[in-house]
Amino acid sequence: MKYEQPAIGVYICHCGMNIAPKVDVENVAAFAAALEHVVVARDYKFMCSSPGQSLIIKDIRERGLNRIIVASCSPRMHEKTFRKACEQAGINPHYLQMANIREQISWVTKDSNDATAKAKDQVAAAVARVVYHAPLTSLEIPVKKSMVVVGGGIAGIQAALTAAEAGYNVHLVEREPSIGGHMAKFDKTFPTLDCAACIMTPKMVEAAQHPDITLHTYSEVASVEGFVGNFKVGIRQKPRYIDASKCTGCGVCTTKCPSKVISEFDQGLTFRKAIYSPFPQAIPNTPVIDRENCLYFTKGRCRACEKFCEAHAIAFDQKEEILTVEAGSIIIATGFQTFDPTPLTQYGYGRYPEVYTSLEFERINNATGPTAGKLLMKNGKPPEKVAIIHCVGSRDSRYHAYCSRVCCMVSMKFAHLVREKTNAEVWEFYIDIRSPGKLYEEFYSRVQEEGVHMVRGRVAEVTDIPENAKNEGRLTVVAENTLTRRILRVPVDMVLLGVGLEPAKGADDIGRMLGVQRDKDGWFNELHAKLAPVKTAMSGIFLAGCCQGPKDIPDTVAQASAAAGEAVSLLAKGTVRTLAEISYIDPDLCSGCKTCIEVCPYTAIGFDEGRRVAVVNEALCKGCGSCAAACPSSAAAIRHFSGRQIMEEMEALLL
Amino acid sequence: MKEFEPKIIAMVCNWCTYTAADLAGTSRLMYPANIRIVRLMCTGMIDQKYILKAFLDGADGVFIGGCHPGDCHYINGNLKAVKRISGVRKLLEQFGFDPARLKLQWIGASEGPEFQRHMTEFVSTVKSMGPNPARDCMIL
Repeated sequence: MKYEQPAIGVYICHCGMNIAPKVDVENVAAFAAALEHVVVARDYKFMCSSPGQSLIIKDIRERGLNRIIVASCSPRMHEKTFRKACEQAGINPHYLQMANIREQISWVTKDSNDATAKAKDQVAAAVARVVYHAPLTSLEIPVKKSMVVVGGGIAGIQAALTAAEAGYNVHLVEREPSIGGHMAKFDKTFPTLDCAACIMTPKMVEAAQHPDITLHTYSEVASVEGFVGNFKVGIRQKPRYIDASKCTGCGVCTTKCPSKVISEFDQGLTFRKAIYSPFPQAIPNTPVIDRENCLYFTKGRCRACEKFCEAHAIAFDQKEEILTVEAGSIIIATGFQTFDPTPLTQYGYGRYPEVYTSLEFERINNATGPTAGKLLMKNGKPPEKVAIIHCVGSRDSRYHAYCSRVCCMVSMKFAHLVREKTNAEVWEFYIDIRSPGKLYEEFYSRVQEEGVHMVRGRVAEVTDIPENAKNEGRLTVVAENTLTRRILRVPVDMVLLGVGLEPAKGADDIGRMLGVQRDKDGWFNELHAKLAPVKTAMSGIFLAGCCQGPKDIPDTVAQASAAAGEAVSLLAKGTVRTLAEISYIDPDLCSGCKTCIEVCPYTAIGFDEGRRVAVVNEALCKGCGSCAAACPSSAAAIRHFSGRQIMEEMEALLL
Repeated sequence: MKEFEPKIIAMVCNWCTYTAADLAGTSRLMYPANIRIVRLMCTGMIDQKYILKAFLDGADGVFIGGCHPGDCHYINGNLKAVKRISGVRKLLEQFGFDPARLKLQWIGASEGPEFQRHMTEFVSTVKSMGPNPARDCMIL
């Protein structure tokens, strides 16, 4: 379809000496002047210069041009410039087409005649195509001034606080009974050895008390609808069986409850009750009743908590609720989980009681952990010799090929803590030490100076068969020191496994709901590894923390702030502009086969049951053209890249 | 007799191969002038009929340049292109075209030298195959 009788102006740029001597620009202009619909064709030294643009504007105004061809550099360079000139002169910016005769002709062609011939073809193609250009506009859609942050670890808390400080309402959704995530479980943080709780709990309190943050703990994202600026997020609030408005958090219920359950927070090293708060500084401090282990729910009797609760806060009849909130943007901060080392049977995890994962060891070190922070073995004695194994589940093609980035530093932190608390001998078995970070390398040196044995070699085996009678009852770590090429057999009392990081359980569901892709390892994909590290391919959805890949706390906090910044910049602008070059489905041609709905990677196509036709959601469509290529009725087409436009272009190239 | 100079249509993705072509230019990497580039937003928008149309219009070769798997700007358009193009190959054979006249290649945005190499190679391949047989059989 031709929108108006085309009157085309063609402008061939010399680009100083970049195009002109190689391409015979006068010849090309003369060729263009003879093409159909061309009213004027000129060549000029620098089209992008102010006089060059004025030339176009003047011709549009005086000669009534309504289509413009600029044959010059790549459209990636100056398409915006010339579109603006068109707009300024009063014609739709999409009535411009560029022919790339610099990067793709004059700079890459040896022979001048070949270059000129090729330039003519590309100009002819642009002329043929522009005839079928349509005047395109985009929509401006208002943005909701609130956001949802999925995950209440340090990443989610940081992102929520940053956005709330900017004055936006934040819904912070956390599936556990308390916010805090992994960082709340840690004892010290490398390399400064700050106490994790001392820096984490004030942030948790701040988030809870912030007037613009609504905490949704013990809740999960149940559904997501909508698009950038206008998401509708369904939050499933699991029943706590406690009326949070009445509960004072006194904790009497947890002392009276007779059921003992293995504590998830303490990594299975201690017990909690069936009514519990995961840890003393939990926020909110309202406990939850674990239905599966509660005597009342399983056997129909007990109700001890209810009897002793002076606030009458126990509510056994509480039901699951779904709350729907509106959000302009969404930040994913679902974090990680640690690698389960059980499959690496050679390390004896789960078989030998003194083999611990790094997360278990964090709890052992922690003042609120199973040993109240004393470094003790299960027999109550302090260890005399400790081995730390790096890269467990990481840098291993059988499990995770990637480096988990934090384990070297975590392991060296443990080495320091063991030396500090017990004076035990520490043996670290590493592949390579990775300490790239501010003060990290210094920490590595410090640990070495503290007398830690560093052995470069992957541990072959941890065994309880002793070398000699003296070491009866101890574990023996077998490894090759690859620097000295000697096999070592080191008797130890305790083995710590520096387990790798992997995406948190449930990240796949979140990814599916939000339409955000994950990589082969399950980490969320950023839009661009370098230039858009917190954006995703889904507009309005951002990434913070380990959900995107393993990260230490400083990087996580920095990335969370960045994600909040991106989200805030979207909300602050107040509107989003839809793309102009997007799909359109002609309802007269659509047969309602729904093929396009299946191939759309952005779930941007809906189905109008009344008319039995597919309809594009203009706010979601990115113009990839999957639908257009798949549509058997040619009803779907990408504006500015329609079949007609492409075919005309090709036909002219092949004349 | 003058050597046969084929005309080759290159349908390339704006985000990768088109950018690589620009980079080849900025780096002044010479390649034969037989290539005619059609810029598209994604190889996933290539309708099979575009390829057939190019051959029926007399193109001696069709080159399709997209993002490496996993790098697609639109998530997975390039993978859809793979499937569609393998379908077209079968069709081309039925039409009497050598399917080797159609080439799909992943060229990332930073791969200017690769762009140059693939253009040079493909032009020489098509040259060795001779002109599009449709030129002789049809009125073009």
